[in-house]
Amino acid sequence: MSTETSLRDLLRIVIVGHVDHGKSTMVGRLFHDTGSLPEGKLEAIQAMCERRGMPFEWAFLMDAFQSERDQGITIDTSQIWFKSAQRDYTIIDAPGHREFLKNMITGAANADAAVMLIDAGQGVQQQSRTHAYLLQLLGVRQIVVVVNKMDLAGFAADRFAEIETTYRQYLADIGLQAAHIIPVVARDGDNIVTPSERMTWYRGKTLVEALDGFVSVGDLTSLPLRLPIQDVYKFDDRRILAGRVLSGRLTVGDRLLFSPSNKTARVASIEAWSAPAKTTAVAGESIGITLDEQLFIERGDLASHEDATPIETNVFQGRLFWLPNEPLQPGASYRLRLQTREVPVTVQEIKALYDVEQLTSAPSDIVPHHGIADVVLRSQAMLALDRLEENPKTGRFVLTDGVNLVAGGTISMDGYPNQRQLVTIRSSNLTEVEHTVTHANREQRNGHRGGVLWFTGLSGAGKSTIAMAVERELFRRGFQVYVLDGDNVRRGLNANLGFSPEDRAENIRRIGEVAALFADAGMVVITAFISPYRSDRQRARNAAHGTFHEVYIKADLAACELRDPKGLYRRARQGEIGNFTGVSAPYELPEDPELVVDTQVQSVEACVQQVIAYIERKFRA
Amino acid sequence: MDPLDRLESQSVYILREAFNQIDRLAMLWSLGKDSNVMVWLAKKAFFGHVPFPVMHIDTGKKFPEMYAFREKYARDWHLSLITDDCPPVEETDASLPPAARSAARKTLGLKNAIAKYGFNGIIAGIRRDEESVRAKERVFSPRGSEGSWDFRQQPPEFWDYFNTNLPAGTHLRVHPLLHWTEIDIWRYIRREQIPIVDLYFARDGKRYRSLGDQDITSPVASTAVTIDEIIAELEGTKTPERAGRAMDRETEDAFERLRAAGYM
Ligand SMILES: Nc1nc2c(ncn2[C@@H]2O[C@H](COP(=O)(O)OP(=O)(O)OP(=O)(O)O)[C@@H](O)[C@H]2O)c(=O)[nH]1
Ligand SMILES: [Mg+2]
Repeated sequence: MSTETSLRDLLRIVIVGHVDHGKSTMVGRLFHDTGSLPEGKLEAIQAMCERRGMPFEWAFLMDAFQSERDQGITIDTSQIWFKSAQRDYTIIDAPGHREFLKNMITGAANADAAVMLIDAGQGVQQQSRTHAYLLQLLGVRQIVVVVNKMDLAGFAADRFAEIETTYRQYLADIGLQAAHIIPVVARDGDNIVTPSERMTWYRGKTLVEALDGFVSVGDLTSLPLRLPIQDVYKFDDRRILAGRVLSGRLTVGDRLLFSPSNKTARVASIEAWSAPAKTTAVAGESIGITLDEQLFIERGDLASHEDATPIETNVFQGRLFWLPNEPLQPGASYRLRLQTREVPVTVQEIKALYDVEQLTSAPSDIVPHHGIADVVLRSQAMLALDRLEENPKTGRFVLTDGVNLVAGGTISMDGYPNQRQLVTIRSSNLTEVEHTVTHANREQRNGHRGGVLWFTGLSGAGKSTIAMAVERELFRRGFQVYVLDGDNVRRGLNANLGFSPEDRAENIRRIGEVAALFADAGMVVITAFISPYRSDRQRARNAAHGTFHEVYIKADLAACELRDPKGLYRRARQGEIGNFTGVSAPYELPEDPELVVDTQVQSVEACVQQVIAYIERKFRA
Repeated sequence: MDPLDRLESQSVYILREAFNQIDRLAMLWSLGKDSNVMVWLAKKAFFGHVPFPVMHIDTGKKFPEMYAFREKYARDWHLSLITDDCPPVEETDASLPPAARSAARKTLGLKNAIAKYGFNGIIAGIRRDEESVRAKERVFSPRGSEGSWDFRQQPPEFWDYFNTNLPAGTHLRVHPLLHWTEIDIWRYIRREQIPIVDLYFARDGKRYRSLGDQDITSPVASTAVTIDEIIAELEGTKTPERAGRAMDRETEDAFERLRAAGYM
């Protein structure tokens, strides 16, 4: 668009590390040694230090607050610009004190690359690890490590080597790799711009050379189109959808699909003011478009092309960092923000809490202050999103609580299906035909109502055994009854489905629809499927129009694994079967089932009687 | 996208967020280069319209050229212009040094205007590279009921998820130019041909690099009479932009105190 030639590449670099390891000092010294300090700044800092009766402090360039200077600590993140021979930089200084972690995140989340400082005397400390872990979550993958205050370690090569070995191992364990590890004395400028004469054993790059080695972060134009609608304007006769293209490319004439509403229309124009007319927009551009049809689109809708759509789901797994002092707990509700979409969500489950020191994870009832955890979040409404692996923009979310931003996270889905195929009606022009035989007619003939008894529970909980016994007894009593059972259905109706999360969801969707037809025909139909996802069971309930009874066949994982009638658990544990419910795929407990049949405390016979009694009560005309 | 497109796109995104999320919004227009760029960006964001009032908090001490500029472009750009006066210097915090006190009139004028019109969002054209306290700002920055800035307790802000919820009785400052530098501003003015007052161009060997009130702003030595020359000059200089602003350097803490009390 521009004809500028003098415009150079800009890279944003965040300086991180444990408190007092010398981050702000290094920025000050970097500015001085590259001749980037504004006129008069050195003298001003000199005066500040004299007034406080202290030696010269480079950190005062960045530490602008009086309280920061008085206490010698960085409280909030700050940004400053400088240029090397090669390109322009924004340097983002971040605080190292644990208490100000939210400010560190504020700074680091904006960076393309990071410099991690480690004090040669103190070595690798808590925030040296936490910050690296957060960089990885925030999506900052380029990193240079600086071992500072080498003067306090007698400029010793072996001390440097020791820290280098420890820290490289830590980074490798969390999936990061340092481009360089540099011994420096930030205060005196050794290896910042000029190679140190006091550490001639070091032959590697200086800090500035290392910065110039970072690569510019590529844009996301090659990914599928994602355009979240930010607002809809009607300032004049145009109805303009405004938003920023997060990834991909959009061209006038393209057919767009808006998720989760699943409406489609073509792009009629790309609108702009005081700019050359254009027909294409790419990742990063804030644009406005008009459509060829007047659709009701609102803020939060996510536009894509039809052949590369985002996931639709109302439940997902993600990894988040938790900012407030009060812990995160299952059952709590927050506002989820997914780009421009904002909806209430409930924390369904905390899957694992990570220990950033030991790099282990364990189940937990809470996520404490500054904790990092895998959680499952559920909303009432459908959401449009991507896995982080697929898209770094739509694969991220934040949570807010009242006026506060409380968490940021990345989306993995892990075991949760894309529900898009399940919710979209593909044909149009459908007209339902009325039956002339009514439900009342059928009830009168059969002597009972039709309906669905939806058994759910882990593999081995007893669903099929009880279902078949109930069927036999009901049949004896004159009921029109039929059992739909897992393996039987997979031989025919669902023979084309496997065990991926999406196929499992489609499997259950079809059973739900078939069961609803049986019930509509006046029969009592019993289904015996694990049906691990709440969303799927809810969909089956909706299909059955008020004749649905969720029956939880209850036995915990340990009990089922002990029974292991088909040897499946053993094989799942050995990794021979993937996506096995309870072992390597989730089972979401029924929230409010109509009936709970506990197979751990009752005999099969008692369980059968319990179900029969329930049916006699609910289904007799 | 080139760097100017990227800066513009981010500012447009911020302005659109502000307009969508804040119900009583106004933009500060100081008539200087940055706020002209900001008005221009609003017209970009809203397709030729500026859908909120543009407010000039008038100290009464601006240069005559600036008042003429205000009248012309308020008309040409179809702005809904609000001008409000500032209280006399006697009403400002007497413990501040003189130039800062003079500047503090604007804080009071802004506070009065916010109360008068009931705004809960104020868009201001500050940049991080201007001054080291401003370098610590958030894009959406919450203010207390008195307009105060609790800079020790700023909320987190990341991935362009801005804090748009605010407690009753408070307001948000929105900073769409926070990520721009002085030279970016000039390059953008050149590319977009944005009008600015002539005071920025050299006359008799001096020009204004930053325009504040007449009595506390001084010109810098310069021969730059075109935008190209200004850009060339800036590429070489090490003099800070606000060197001509007396209030920034009277005492070490003056600017922090001004901003904590609500100065932009
Ligand atoms: N001996 C020695 N001291 C240093 C060196 N670099 C920094 N320091 C001192 O270490 C102290 C902390 O430096 P800062 O730059 O404030 O540390 P920081 O990492 O920015 O601290 P926070 O931002 O508060 O986390 C200051 O007193 C510095 O003078 C160095 O290379 N050698
Ligand atoms: Mg610091």
